[in-house]
Amino acid sequence: MLSKGKSSWRNKFIYLDHPADAKFQAFGRTLEEAFAHAALAVVSLMWEPEKVKKRQRRTVLVQGKDLEQLLFKFLSEILYLFEAKGFLLAEAEDVKIFKGENGYSLQAVFNGDNLNNNYVIFGEVKAITYHDMIIRQNEEVLIQVVVDM
Amino acid sequence: MELKKINDYTWEIPKQGEMRVPAIIYASERLLETVKKDQTLQQAKNVACLPGIQKYSYVMPDGHQGYGFPIGGVAAFDLEEGIISPGGVGYDINCGVRLLRTDYREKDISAKRKELLAEIFKEVPAGVGKGGITKLSRSVLMEILVKGAEWAVENGYGTKEDLWLTEENGRMKDADPSYLSSRALERGIPQLGTLGSGNHFLEIQKVEKIYNLEIAKVFGIDEEGQILVMIHCGSRGLGHQVATDFIELMENKIGIKGLPDRELINAPIKSPLGQQYYKSMCAAVNYAFANRQMIAHWVRDVFAKVLGSSAGMRQIYDVCHNVAKIEKHKIDGKEKLVCIHRKGATRSFGPGRPEIPEIYRPYGQPVIIPGSMGTASYILVGTKEAEELSFSSTAHGAGRVMSRHEALRRFRGEQIRDQLLAKGIELQSTSLKGVAEEASAAYKDVDEVVRTSHEVGIGRLVAKVVPLGVMKG
Repeated sequence: MLSKGKSSWRNKFIYLDHPADAKFQAFGRTLEEAFAHAALAVVSLMWEPEKVKKRQRRTVLVQGKDLEQLLFKFLSEILYLFEAKGFLLAEAEDVKIFKGENGYSLQAVFNGDNLNNNYVIFGEVKAITYHDMIIRQNEEVLIQVVVDM
Repeated sequence: MELKKINDYTWEIPKQGEMRVPAIIYASERLLETVKKDQTLQQAKNVACLPGIQKYSYVMPDGHQGYGFPIGGVAAFDLEEGIISPGGVGYDINCGVRLLRTDYREKDISAKRKELLAEIFKEVPAGVGKGGITKLSRSVLMEILVKGAEWAVENGYGTKEDLWLTEENGRMKDADPSYLSSRALERGIPQLGTLGSGNHFLEIQKVEKIYNLEIAKVFGIDEEGQILVMIHCGSRGLGHQVATDFIELMENKIGIKGLPDRELINAPIKSPLGQQYYKSMCAAVNYAFANRQMIAHWVRDVFAKVLGSSAGMRQIYDVCHNVAKIEKHKIDGKEKLVCIHRKGATRSFGPGRPEIPEIYRPYGQPVIIPGSMGTASYILVGTKEAEELSFSSTAHGAGRVMSRHEALRRFRGEQIRDQLLAKGIELQSTSLKGVAEEASAAYKDVDEVVRTSHEVGIGRLVAKVVPLGVMKG
């Protein structure tokens, strides 16, 4: 489990052991920052986000009946854009989360580039799962997700 | 957790709390030790709580922790009161294995082995983000989702004989692609005819040992040293998206209240949403059948080109590892139609079942169990006893024991490649990192898994094969 050290949010995310798939924890000072770092954790299983040029901006809108579903759909968006549109995410920017009557909505800008031969893709995340999913909001936010690989 | 020993290979979690039926785990003492270390047993218990479950919640010998259902989980549900769950099928719908025989022996290919593998690597698109060679229109994709491998054969990929040597004849008739989201279709279009990555692979293998020559010959395996080709892949992003979409639809419609694990979300099988998932899942199953059909065709082309002939490359069988099906089983002495979920498990119908190809019907169906990359794989035969013991199911593979992350810490792709080469196994891969992740040390001992299946009687040993060439996505 997460150590209570004050410095934990300085790590954007860490990977934990999971026998079949990949499990990570992402941290942030706010929910929005933790979501953005969770996106980085997902893409870092497939390519190196810091090497992706920020040449294309895509606005992403998702809705969820609760925060878990919002996270599930937000992260699933990365996989859809990659496989269907050939879009590589470098960073999720300007993440905004709103609470409404029927749950939550999220707006973000996905900054990245189209897949080309200069990029090395080394892993495939098949799907986001709810297994062992945690969203804990204290003085800092902790997100834990298992993805299917 | 209370675990009652039934015999050396069978363990029971007695009915307790919310469980509607007990759980049965098939494992040797050694396999059970690894099973106890993760959440497999708890997940088997959770499945036992689902409405309409029949007899037992089963875990096959390669069982390990999944999400919702354990991997290696088998459960049957009543068609009136029961449910259907995307988590009981898995994200990679109809991840499965196709096995081709050849007339070649090891000596026939040894000089050209490297070239053979390199050519296959050129012909069969693999890896992440690599599109298939076919630019599909949406209407053709819809046709594929309805017809499965039949579409592929009609379009020149393989023969009619391949179809009747495929589970469901390569086409699940209940498929209805109209329920698939536009996103699922968009993910499916660029990926048809691709191997994918992760644990998916294509191997040129040789038969190392035959345990049951009579049945081996029926399957098309004549002697040790014979060359076979194994293709392991699934429904790619299309299947993943179907699972993702229906998990959300079911959450929104039915809600998650009272679920021990959100991944166990389900719908009554006879409800409109349950039916829509089932029909969409069937469409994804068909996509995967078409996918393996196309890849098998390209492999035959390469053999013909490099070795002069692909005659004799008959399909042994093609099996699903992640699927839900409506099957007839005997329950409390009565035959009954149920919805069987096999998540990381292989159907293992014994002699006499009408679903299996006529040439195999007196003997039982071939069960194909791939090992981890570079290790042995096995061919088993389904049994009569499996009907009683496991709703005609057995293991599907080795089962991971080490995380990808840990594997990457411990192994380097180059080192694995060199070790394989030292053992005489050629490797072609799009990613050395992927090779390290799939290091065989990260998996359970497949030998122990199939030995357990054999001893329990849910799938009996026919032959052991080892790789000569491995292509990994």
